[in-house]
Amino acid sequence: MPRGVAITGMGIVSSIGLSMEENFQSLIERKTGISRLTNFSSKHADHIKVGEIKHTDQELAQLLGLGSAHSFTRTSLLGALAAKQALNDAGITDINAERTGLLSATSVAGMDYTEKYFQHFATDPELRKYINSHPAGDSSNKIASYLGLKGLVSTISTACSSAANAIMLGARLIEQGKLDRVLVGGSDALSKFTINGFHSLMILSDSDCQPFDQHRKGLNLGEAAAYLLLESDALLAKHPKKVHAYLSGYGNANDAYHQTASSETGEGAFLAMQKALEKADLAPIAIDYINAHGTATGNNDLSEGHALLRCFQQVPAFSSTKSYTGHTLAAAGAIEAVYSILALQSSCLFPTLNFQHKMEEFDLQPQTELQSKTINHVLSNSFGFGGNCSSLLFSKA
Amino acid sequence: MKNCYINGIGTIGIQHPDYKLLEQEPQALFARNQAQHPVYKELIPAASLRRMATGVKMGCYAAQLALQEAQQPALDAIICGTGQGCLQDSEKFLTAMIAQDEEYLTPTSFIQSTHNTVAAQIALQLQCHAYNFTYVQGGSSFESALFDGLNQLNYSNAQHILVGGVDEHAPQFDDLYTLAGNYKAEDEAVDFKNPTQGGVAQGEGANFFLLSQEQQANSYAQLLDVWLFNQPQRSIATEIMQFLSLNNLQSKDIDVLMLGYNADASQQAYFDAMAACFPETAIAYYQHISGSYDTASAYGLAAAAQVLKAQQFPAHLSYNSIKPNRLKTILLINQSRGTDYSFVLLTAC
Amino acid sequence: MAELKELLKEQIIDVLNLEDITVADIQDNDPLFGEGLGLDSIDALELIVLLDKEYGIKLADPKQGKEIFSSIQTLAQFVEQNRTK
Repeated sequence: MPRGVAITGMGIVSSIGLSMEENFQSLIERKTGISRLTNFSSKHADHIKVGEIKHTDQELAQLLGLGSAHSFTRTSLLGALAAKQALNDAGITDINAERTGLLSATSVAGMDYTEKYFQHFATDPELRKYINSHPAGDSSNKIASYLGLKGLVSTISTACSSAANAIMLGARLIEQGKLDRVLVGGSDALSKFTINGFHSLMILSDSDCQPFDQHRKGLNLGEAAAYLLLESDALLAKHPKKVHAYLSGYGNANDAYHQTASSETGEGAFLAMQKALEKADLAPIAIDYINAHGTATGNNDLSEGHALLRCFQQVPAFSSTKSYTGHTLAAAGAIEAVYSILALQSSCLFPTLNFQHKMEEFDLQPQTELQSKTINHVLSNSFGFGGNCSSLLFSKA
Repeated sequence: MKNCYINGIGTIGIQHPDYKLLEQEPQALFARNQAQHPVYKELIPAASLRRMATGVKMGCYAAQLALQEAQQPALDAIICGTGQGCLQDSEKFLTAMIAQDEEYLTPTSFIQSTHNTVAAQIALQLQCHAYNFTYVQGGSSFESALFDGLNQLNYSNAQHILVGGVDEHAPQFDDLYTLAGNYKAEDEAVDFKNPTQGGVAQGEGANFFLLSQEQQANSYAQLLDVWLFNQPQRSIATEIMQFLSLNNLQSKDIDVLMLGYNADASQQAYFDAMAACFPETAIAYYQHISGSYDTASAYGLAAAAQVLKAQQFPAHLSYNSIKPNRLKTILLINQSRGTDYSFVLLTAC
Repeated sequence: MAELKELLKEQIIDVLNLEDITVADIQDNDPLFGEGLGLDSIDALELIVLLDKEYGIKLADPKQGKEIFSSIQTLAQFVEQNRTK
């Protein structure tokens, strides 16, 4: 049985910590990152809660050692921090020594600066360096330039499944022998644009989100970045090192039901999970734990629940860590990949916060307490607008 | 390794929808160029059309054209590239948010502003549950999609894959990018051979391709290889030579080199350095026909595929004075402002 | 009431971009969603903003829209009873 593609480095910044260790501590200590919005103003600030990283852009730029002339927006700042951590974790010093790529996911990209300066670009030439920071591809190019990476760089934007797709694409390029190693993940900053967008969809909760709860009121938006380093077996044979886990399966499918809403039967989610299991050549019963998409919207949790019931005769333990971080959109698949791997490594099921009542539609209860358990295989779900559904399967090293 | 053939092409752009590249001179290009639209209702349901901005309409329509030409095969993947995403709806939601101070905002333009809208709408219309992906990597967005599609045909059981690129105008973002120097000002002259001013002549369009493992009687060409990178490791010349040698080719094997010359004086040197690696090769250009946008290189591929299929090289594609001896192998190279480099290698069936 | 119904039809055609439909095409008791006009959940959200913006009516829960938006008749009645502007 193929064991999959090796993961040798991880980096993460989120509202529950600026490193892998901090994130792990928060998860096991039930320390939420959900709070009121403070980094910028919004009319909705008092009516929503967010998973905000309490560092200003200036502070983040300082952590990166960027000079004043830079035009990194928050998405690139968070991304560069997490990507650098992943490289350090894997002990990579000469990034161009092998065929190395970067596949990064984002949906917000430079919108946070575009919305701030949109009306001022015409009159203030000083600000214009940020105009070309708007497109999604620029954020990846900024991260690549910060790392000094010259090879293959691409950006994936499939809404909330973006980073999961970046990860599976990286695995395929390693399997196909196109790259020796590849940084995969995603970054998204909070912005007024996304807050207002989700507000207009009436799916933002005014309190802490409650994934899979009968009385859930919607999601909390968050911001984060995370990257994994994937390396080929050939490279590992040449330079042996510690492997965190293996990406043993992945699946991508489209729900093809509605522009934003998921189908009630969870067809896309079901297909994505099935493809992931098939790729890993594992039966559903082999899955010990699921990091659910679990946004806490009425629609997602219902659809995902149905998909889980269709996929598993007996649904394994599952959590939604979005109750800690909020929904970090294009980065969600990457931070939850890190959490899935941390679960594998520490043999811990992480709690879902704020859960009180089972949904009336089915008998499904997320993991609510920290629990020790031997975990060999974890499934991580990410579903997005446009019916984009992806599922990743991580297996113990 | 299996094969990858281009069996269908759909193009919407600044030329008339019925424009025939091999037979007609293109319409003259200006500093800014709007797409010429077909009757979208012919191929897209009216109920879906009412919410679609230009790029989504162009993308869905071009996708349908490519599918029709290839006899509507069942798809194993839908893969889109877009440099700017759904810019019109982004602009609409953004300007409403600013003007209305975050009040009375409706979700439609927000929903349609997400980068994956075109690929998602195509899936929705075709009721296609297959692999669905959107790449947003500036000037190599389309090549990212093409690279993915080719790899899936080469290394998996996929039979038919729809790949495309789409980018649209949006008035206020156009002004911003002009301010940033990316685009030419409204009335500036456009000179592709000896540009003296910076900025490209902006266009818009959608170009879709149906890629299949199997060759058909009406296949356009065979796609051999695609590669993309952020920066040359040493020089563009070594990157080109490496790519050719990976494909067991030498520079003399390339019959036509198709470059993304874009009338931007500040980018001319990048293309000249590529051309310098092929001193005896016929060089073609295409952005004087398509206008320039992040995924215009997809039009370049459409042009190259038509040349190979018809075995004709129209004079209006010719950039230098060298005539190709034969029309077997075409190499497309592109870059955007010194990054997002791409190679696409194509051969006659 | 008749005037309000006409106005609502015009407003719906406008905000939902129903290009091929005229006021005369919409009967007062025709269902707006599903069959009939064929509107969907995104349209419902657009109509909720319309109620807020034009009539000063705030709906906190999109589920409330289901009955209110079932036809022009029900919508006009609801607006008449609840409008604040």
